[in-house]
Formats: sequence, C-alpha cells, structure tokens
Amino acid sequence: MNFELIIFYFYALVATLSALAVILVKNPVHSALNLILCFFSVAAIWILLEAEFLGLVLILVYVGAVMVLFLFVLMMLNLNIKELKEGFVQHLPLAILSAGIMLVQTILLFFNIKIKTMPEISSNITNSKQLGTLLYSEYLLQFEIAGVILLVAIIAAIGLTIRKKPKENKYQNPAEQVKSHKKDRLKIVKMKTEDYDG
Amino acid sequence: MIEYITIGPEIVLLTCTILVLVIDLFLKDKNITYYLTISSLIFTLSAIILLVPQSKQIIFYGSFISDNLSALLKVIVVISVLFTLIYSKNYLKEQKMLNGEFLTLSLFALLGMMIMISSANMLNIYLGLELLSLSLYAMVALQNKSKTAAESAIKYFVLGALASGLLLYGMSLIYGITGTLNITQIGAFFIENQPDKLSILALIFIISGLGFKLGAVPFHMWLPDVYEGSPTPVTTYIATAPKVAVFAIFLRLLTEGFITLHIQWAQVLIVLSILSLVLGNIVAIAQHNLKRMLAYSAISHAGFIMLGLLAGTNIGYSAAVFYVITYAITTTVIFGIILFLSHDNKQCENLEDLKELNKTHPWFAFLMLIALFSLIGVPPTVGFYAKLAVLHAIIDAGYSYLAIIAVITSVIGAFYYLRVIKYMYFDKNQNPPQLNKNTNFLMKATITINALIILALGIYPAILMTYTTYVMK
Repeated sequence: MNFELIIFYFYALVATLSALAVILVKNPVHSALNLILCFFSVAAIWILLEAEFLGLVLILVYVGAVMVLFLFVLMMLNLNIKELKEGFVQHLPLAILSAGIMLVQTILLFFNIKIKTMPEISSNITNSKQLGTLLYSEYLLQFEIAGVILLVAIIAAIGLTIRKKPKENKYQNPAEQVKSHKKDRLKIVKMKTEDYDG
Repeated sequence: MIEYITIGPEIVLLTCTILVLVIDLFLKDKNITYYLTISSLIFTLSAIILLVPQSKQIIFYGSFISDNLSALLKVIVVISVLFTLIYSKNYLKEQKMLNGEFLTLSLFALLGMMIMISSANMLNIYLGLELLSLSLYAMVALQNKSKTAAESAIKYFVLGALASGLLLYGMSLIYGITGTLNITQIGAFFIENQPDKLSILALIFIISGLGFKLGAVPFHMWLPDVYEGSPTPVTTYIATAPKVAVFAIFLRLLTEGFITLHIQWAQVLIVLSILSLVLGNIVAIAQHNLKRMLAYSAISHAGFIMLGLLAGTNIGYSAAVFYVITYAITTTVIFGIILFLSHDNKQCENLEDLKELNKTHPWFAFLMLIALFSLIGVPPTVGFYAKLAVLHAIIDAGYSYLAIIAVITSVIGAFYYLRVIKYMYFDKNQNPPQLNKNTNFLMKATITINALIILALGIYPAILMTYTTYVMK
C-alpha cells in the first residue's frame, strides 16, 4: 500500500463519515458544517486525481460562497427542528422501501458494467490551462450559452424582488417644493357674505 | 466565418434581446419596448428564413446543427411566440406585466428553444433547456401580487428542477458509457456495441426527464396547476412553443443517438403514450376551469405525439413533426380568444364564461370552433390529417392496438371539446362574454389568419406534409 492510497482512504473515510453526519446530526447548523468538511475531503480526493482545478473550484465556490450563504440563511431562519421531524416515523417504511429498491438496483447494475476509465494525462500542461483552452475553443458556444443563462438569472432575480415605490409614499422632493408658487396651492374662493340678523 | 452565418438567427436574436434590455431602461413608455420586442421577433424570423442552409451544417466541434428540420421548427417556435405576444398585449398591460423584464425573458426563453432545436450535443440540449426553463419560471412568478402565480411558480420550479436532474443523470451515465457527448458519436457507439443494462437505465432517465417537460403521464402532475395558476399569456407561452422545442430534442436524441435501441425506447414510449391518452382525455371531462381542461388536453396530445415517434419509421417521425406543429398553431388560437375575452377585472376562466359567445361575437366563436374541431380531429381542419398521419404510421409499424386505443380515447376526448362548442352556440347566459375594448385590428387580423391557417392546412395538408416528409429524409 503506497502513500497515495493511504491518503485516499483517509479522505474517503472522512468524506463518508461527514456525509453521514450531515443527515444524522440534529442541529441544522452542525449539518451544514459537516457538509463543508465533506466538500473539503472530496476536494482533496480530486487533487489526488490530478484534477486540481476542480478541487480548488469546489472549495472556492461551494465552501466559500454557497455554504456560507447557507449558514447565513440557517442561522437567520430560526428553524423549529421538532416541526421538521414531524411525520418522520410515519413515512419511514415507505422511504426505506423505495430507497432499498433503488439501492439494490444500483448495486446490481454496477456489478456488471464497464465504465470507460479516463486516459492517463502525461503532459506537463496544468489542469487549469487545459480546461481554459478547451473552454475557449471546443466549448466556446456552450460557454457563451452559460453566460446567457447567468444573465437570465440576474434579470429574473431582480425582476422578482424589486419593489417599486408606491405612489402614496410620503417622501419629500425639495426641488419640487421650492419651485411651487402661491397660485398652485392657494385657491381663493369668493363667497357671498351671509346675512346676519340679530 | 461560415460558423457565424450558420448560427446567424441565434446571434440576431441575442443581439436584439440585449438591445431591448438596455433600451428599456431609458424608456418611460413600455409600449415602445413591446414594439421593439415584436420587431426583434420579426428580425429573427427573417434571419432564419434567409439563412436556411443548403445542406446539413454541423459546426462548433459538432455541437450545433443546422438543417431543414431545425429551420422548420425554429420558424414555428418564433411564430408561436410572436402570436402569443400579439394576443396578450392587453392582458399584460391591464395586469401591469408589460415591462422590460417580462418581454426580455420571453425573448431569452425563445433563444433557449432555438438552441435546443439546433443542438447536436447533449451539453447544448441541457443548456438550452435550462435557459428556457429558467426564463419560464421567472415569467410565471413575475406577477407580483398574485398568490396563485407564486404557488404555481414554486411547483413548476421544483418539479422542473427534478426533471432536469433526471435528464442530467441520464446524460452523465451515457457519457460514462460512451465517452462522448456528441449525439452522432453516441449513435455510432451503439451501432458497434451492444447496449448493456446501464445504457437502458440511462435511456429511461433521459426519457423521463424529457417526458416531464412534454407533460406525459406519469410525469404530468405539474401541468394542470401551472396552466391554471400562471397568468394567461404565460400559459399560452408554455402551452405552445416549448412543446415544439422539447419534441425536437426527443427527435434528435431518439432517432440519431439511440436509433439502435429503438426496441427499448419504444416500449417506454408505448406505456407513456397509452397512459397520457387515457388519463388526459378522461380527466379533462371533469374540469370546469378552461385552462385546466386545456392542460389535460395537452397531456393527451403529448400521447399522440409520442405515438408518432415510437413508430420508428420516417413516416412516423414526419407525422409527429406535422402533429406537433399543427398542435402549436391550433392552441395559440384558443388561448388567443381566451386572452381577448379577459378584462381588467373579470377574466375568462371557466367554461361557463364562454356561454353565448356566438350571440355577441359570432366571428370569434367561429374561429374558436375551427380550433376546437382541429383538436378533436374533425375534417376539414388540419387536426384530422395530423391524427390520420400518426395513426397511419403506427399501423404501418405494426402497432394496431395502439391505434385502436388512440381512436377510442380521441372519441372520449371529443366530448369536452364539443361541450365548449355547445356552450358557445346553444346555451343562454345572463351576461354573455364581451371582447376586451382595447382589442385592435392587428390582433383581430392575426388571430383570423392564425385560425384560417388551420382550415387551409386542413384542405391542402400537402403544403406542410411534403415539407415535414422532406425534412425527415
């Protein structure tokens, strides 16, 4: 057993245990933290596979951005854990049945298949450089479409959350106030004087 | 250079969309944005027609295909979006939805559909589908104060994301087996290698994902709720053009990538189409909401479209293309009339709202009659020839029992369409439906042309039929 294999088994074990902890611990904040640990170990495994770009992106994007947002939301939401667990026992048999069927099917399938292994990378060009070259040559079109999708996401997010100021809002506009004249506001009404008798 | 000419329509559309997006910021009058959107659609349409390729062009490292089929389907989706936007102007204005976001999102969704139609690579399929779906989710939810719209947007989003997940899972398995994303190369791989169990599992995942988007039973649960809950212009949008685009992916994947697995996917499609035909037509009878009824009708028509596909012959494919095109054209008429009869405060929602339409607006009642007859499949409307072509193809392919089921369920389905016709022509109503007062000449002329196309294609189906046969060669 060489050194690389020992490292792999170590990180694989950490990844599996932390993934289990994500669904088993009671506090949602703890599950989120466990998920971060899981991402870290998977990133380490990817770096072992010489896919250092993917490993770095996983840490930067998922741990750095997504999970932090997730933690924010979890801490702000004041979740009631009891409410979340309601109906757990009730639905458990059905859930175990369907999950069990899926598990057996997948195991049966994966025993008699041959997945193509990736070709050995022997060049000195780094992973990120290779990916960059591919993205801007062979996958240029897909790269552009992904950009358009992000643009749509921005428009949709702004369009859904923007709240236009209602008209009856009581804010003041000093410029308008200064410009106003007496004749705009003051209305002089001529009235007959009423007769006053004794 | 040739690459950029081939992808010209998409470039024109994207440029126009971004121009509309930017110009809209400086405009107070949203009518101008609306007319800019309409003119972008017309530019795109002319770009597609001008740039029809002489022969099949595959560019961008085999990921983008442009041939006669893609040109035909793109013309159809652009026209359906154009009709949808023309019919829904008053509705959008009255519900305060006529803004830059809605219009640009509808253009982005169209771009997604055009990418889907032209994709020769699974990555393009997925990206196009996501571009379409993300825009649609936002369009459903854009009506700020409506609770039903928000509810149906959530439903649509969750189930749509699930469907995309299924599709992506299937695609990743196929990539693992074949080592390529290119549909032609996948086809070549399966000619050389016998498919194993895993590839069939992947195929089932892909068909389920696409079945979700097409609204086939048992993946139909989102359809009635989304149709009913969305604002009617968005329902019109969802009901027409995306069906054509999803169908295009189905066609490309099944006939090019998995043609050697025909026996396997035909079995899946047989189950899906029987369930869709039976459930769609029977449950539609119980509906009183017009849009809900049309949703179940859409489910049953999805069943018919899949019948044409599963025949596995060129006649079957061209019949399915014919069916999906005529279905899109017919549905726009029905939704168009629903939009015209909706007012600021009272919307045309239930079947009863159409009672005595013939007395107030005989011409629109007649146009609705043509469209409904086409959905039933009564000659001389085009629906008859569409159904005939599909039935002909599946009987030729040896699936006579499917043809019998299709005919029986169509007869059952005729009931709920005929009920609408009875309401329009023979029933009494206290306050018969009135046309929206802002309906202008352009809208009336467009819907008349749209409905007369149904009739004209029914009388001379050969115009479109020769073309759909030609593109499938």
